[in-house]
Amino acid sequence: MKTLVNRQLDFMGKRKAAFAVSGLLILASIVALLLQQLNLGLDFTGGTLVEVRYAVAPSLDAVRQTLEAAEFRDVSVQTFGAANEVLIRLQQAFDADVGDRVVELLRRSGEEVNLVRAEFVGAQVGDQLRDQSGLGLLVALGIVMLYVAFRFQYKFAIGALLALLHDVIIMVGAFALFQWEFDLTVLAAVLAVIGYSLNDTIVVYDRIRENIRKSRIDDMPAIFNESLNQTLSRTLATSGTTLLVLVALLALGGDMIEGFAIALILGVVVGTYSSIYISGALLLPLGLNREDLIPARKEDPEAEELP
Amino acid sequence: MLNRYPLWKYLLILIVLLVGLVYSLPNLFPEDPAIQISSERGDATVDERQLERIQSSLNEAGIEIKDVERSQTSTLLRLRNPDAQLAARDRVAAMLGEEYVVALNLAESTPEWLQSLSASPMTLGLDLRGGVHFLLEVDMDAAVSQRLEVNASAMRELLRDERIRYRDTEIDDRTLTLTFTDAEDRDTARSLISREFPDFQYENQGDGRGAALAMTLTDQAVNEIQDYAINQNLTTLRNRVNELGVAEPLVQRQGPDRIVVELPGVQDTAEAKRIVGATANLEFRLEARPDTPDSETESFPFRNQASRSADLMRDVIITGDQVSNANRSFDENGRPQVNIDLDGTGGTLMNRATRTNIGRNMAVVYIEHKTRDSVEVVDGEETVVRDAYTERGIISLATIQSALGNSFRITGLDSPTEAAELSLLLRSGSLAAPIYFVQERTIGPSLGAENIERGVMSVQIGLLLVVLFMLIRYKVFGIFANLALALNLTLLVAAMSLLGATLTLPGIAGIVLTLGMAVDANVLIFERIREELRGGLSVQQAIHAGYERAFTSIVDANITTLLVAVILFSIGTGPVKGFAVTLSLGILTSLFTALMVTRAMVNLAYGGKPVKKLWI
Repeated sequence: MKTLVNRQLDFMGKRKAAFAVSGLLILASIVALLLQQLNLGLDFTGGTLVEVRYAVAPSLDAVRQTLEAAEFRDVSVQTFGAANEVLIRLQQAFDADVGDRVVELLRRSGEEVNLVRAEFVGAQVGDQLRDQSGLGLLVALGIVMLYVAFRFQYKFAIGALLALLHDVIIMVGAFALFQWEFDLTVLAAVLAVIGYSLNDTIVVYDRIRENIRKSRIDDMPAIFNESLNQTLSRTLATSGTTLLVLVALLALGGDMIEGFAIALILGVVVGTYSSIYISGALLLPLGLNREDLIPARKEDPEAEELP
Repeated sequence: MLNRYPLWKYLLILIVLLVGLVYSLPNLFPEDPAIQISSERGDATVDERQLERIQSSLNEAGIEIKDVERSQTSTLLRLRNPDAQLAARDRVAAMLGEEYVVALNLAESTPEWLQSLSASPMTLGLDLRGGVHFLLEVDMDAAVSQRLEVNASAMRELLRDERIRYRDTEIDDRTLTLTFTDAEDRDTARSLISREFPDFQYENQGDGRGAALAMTLTDQAVNEIQDYAINQNLTTLRNRVNELGVAEPLVQRQGPDRIVVELPGVQDTAEAKRIVGATANLEFRLEARPDTPDSETESFPFRNQASRSADLMRDVIITGDQVSNANRSFDENGRPQVNIDLDGTGGTLMNRATRTNIGRNMAVVYIEHKTRDSVEVVDGEETVVRDAYTERGIISLATIQSALGNSFRITGLDSPTEAAELSLLLRSGSLAAPIYFVQERTIGPSLGAENIERGVMSVQIGLLLVVLFMLIRYKVFGIFANLALALNLTLLVAAMSLLGATLTLPGIAGIVLTLGMAVDANVLIFERIREELRGGLSVQQAIHAGYERAFTSIVDANITTLLVAVILFSIGTGPVKGFAVTLSLGILTSLFTALMVTRAMVNLAYGGKPVKKLWI
C-alpha cells in the first residue's frame, strides 16, 4: 500500500476528461429520465390483489414461481388466515379477468383452486410521502449547504452540492435507462447515497482546507492533488468495505435486496469517482483561492484606522 | 500524559456497553407461538374450570402446552409447536363459543427481569414473519351526507346573515332541500347560494308556502368527496400506525372504498385493533340558547354519563377531519388541559363561529361507528348479517372564553387522566368519513423461506467480509475496530428495540450497510496514524495526532449527514422518516464507538508504554 501513496497520481490533470465523462453521463441520465421515466414498483404504483382458496395447502414457492414464469411481475404470495388460503399481490393494472387468468395458471399443475376475489390495490406510499419527502430533501440540502458554507466557505458548499447532484442524477438515471424497478428499498438506497456522497466529499474538502492553510504556495491544482493522494487510501478503503458488503448482498441476497444492492453499488462507485475526480476539481472553476480560507490580515488595520 | 484516558471515560463506556447489552438482549429470545383468550367485552377471562377443560382437550389432540399465563383480562396459552397453533385456536374457539375471542398470538419470551426494565425485542416485518391483516371499509354515503351537513350549516348561516327566512333543511341521499315561506325568498336565496356553492345542481320545487330549493351534488363533486374521504383516511391511518416511521406497516387502498392495513408481528388482533384505533368521528357544535327554536336544535347524551344530556345547535362548526392534532398538557397553574390544532379551513371556520359567541358553550360530539353481527336463518341457511349503527355522545362541553383560531385549548378538566382520554378521543376522531372493520385475518410472510434464508446469509457474509478486511488491513488496530463494530451493532439493535422498530429484510441489509460505512471513521483515524508514523512522529505522538487530526474530518462529515437525517425525519413521512431514524442512530452510535471506544482500547493497550512499533 505504501507505494500507492508515494506515487503522486495526477488527478487534477485529468479533470477536463473527467468533466467530459460526467457531463455525458448526466446528460444521458436526464435524457433517460425524460424519455423513459422510472419503472416504478408495486410500492408506488399499486396493482392487483387476488385471493384464492386451495383445496389442499400449496407450496408458496411453487405458486410464486408459476406466476413469475408467466407474464406477472413483482409477485408477492402470502398465506391468508389459513394455510390453504393464499393472498397474491401483482404489479398489474387491474382489469376484470386478472383473477381468472391467475387461477387458470395455478390450475395447470392439477390442483384445485378457486378464486375468492380480485381487486385493485392502491400505492403503498401516497402523494403525501412524495410531496413531503421532496420538500424535506430540499430543506435538508439547503441547511447542509449553510453548514458547509459556515464551516468551510460558500464555494465548498456549491462544490459539495454539485457533486451530490452528480451522484444522485447518475444513479437514478441508470435506473431509468435500464428500466430497473424503482421501489421503496431503492428510494432508501438513494437517501443512503446522499449521506455517503456528502461524507466522501467533506473528507476530501477537509484535507484540502487543511493543506491550503498549511502550505505557502498558491498553486491550487498541486494542493488539491496532494490532498486527493493523501486521502486516497482512506477513500478506497471505505468504498472497499462498503462494496464488500454490497457485493455479498447482490450475489447472495435474492430478489428482495437485489434492487437495493444494485442501487447502492452504483451510488458508491459513482460517489467514489466523483469525490476523487469531480468534487475537488469543481473548486477550480468556482475560483477558490488562499484568501477564501485565510482572512487577509491587512484589511484589519485599515478597518481600525477608520474612526 | 499522551494517550491516557481518565477513569470516568472507561466507566462511561462500560455503562453504555452494559445498557446496550441489556436492551438488545431480548432479541435473542425467540417468541413463543401462543393463543390468547379474552372475552368479547374485554373485561373478564375464562375461569379455572374452563381452563382445565381446555387443557385436557388440547392434550387429547396431542398439542403440547408450554405455559399458561392468566391476567385480569386475558389468558395466554404458550405452545411448544408453531404448527399446532391454528389447530389449537380452532379447537379452543369451538369449545368456548361466541362469548370469547380466541386469537393467535406470538408471545414474547423475554425474561421477567428484562421486562421489568421495559426491554423488548424488535418485531419481525411483514416480509419475514407476516402479521395481521385488516380490511376496513369507508362509509362513502356517510362521507357525502357529512359534507351535506356542513354545507347546510354554512347555508343556514348565510341566510341568517342576509335575513332571508327559511323553514327547514332536509338531507336525503345526495340532495339537500331548503324550504322557504314564499317563492321570492327562495329565488333570492338561490342566487345567493349558487354563487358560493358551485358543486350543486339547483332545482326549484313547489310554490308559495311550499316553495323549496333542491340542491343535488354533481357526480363530479360526489367523486371528489369520496376520493378526499378515502385519501384523508389513508393518511390518518398511516400516521396512526407508523408514528415514528419504523413500524413498517402496509396501508393501501383496495378497490373503490376499502383500505387494507397490515401490521407486522402482532398476531393479537385485539391489540392490533387498538393500534389501528377507534374509527370515530367528531363534530364541534354550539350549545343551544334557551330561546332557540326546536327545529334548530338536537339533543345529545354525554358519552360517559348517559343520563345527562344537552341541547346543541344543529349547525356543525367543523368536523373531525379538520383536527390535525390534539394532545394533553398542563396550564400555568399545573391543571390538566387539552391542546387542539386545526387545519387552515378548520381554523377559519372556528374563528368565524366563535368570535360572535363568546360566553356560550361549545360541545364536542363523538360519533362512533360500530357493527353488530347477528345470525339470521334465511331459507334454512344461517347467514351472518352485519348491521351498522352509530353512537353519538358529548365528550366535552366548555365555555368559549375568546375567539378561537387554528389552535386552542380545553381547560377545566378534572384530572390528567381525563385530559389524556379526551385528547385520545379527539385524535382518533380525526377521520374524514367513518370506517368499519370488515375482515381480520392473520397473514403469512410475504417472502418465501428460501428468500429469507438467502437474505440473512448474504448479510452475515457481508459483515464477515468487513471484519476480515479490517483485520487484514489494520492488524491489531483492526481488532480494535472490529470490537468497536460489535459494540456498535449492539447499541444500534438496543436503540431500535427501544423505539419499537420493525426488522425487515431490506432493514437488516441497511443495518449491515451502516456498519460497512461506520468503519469509515476508524479508517480515517488509522490512515492518519500511518501517515503521521511515516512523517516521522513517535508511536505515542502518532496515535495522538492521528485521532486529533482525523477528528475534524469525521465530525464535519458526520454532522452534515446527521443534518440531512434530522430534517428528513422532521419533514418526511412513513418509510422516509424511518430511514432517517435508522441513519441518525447509526451515525451517533458509530461516532461513539469509533472515536471513544477504539481510543479507549488503544490507550489501554499502548498508552504510557514504551512501544517501538505499531501493528497497523
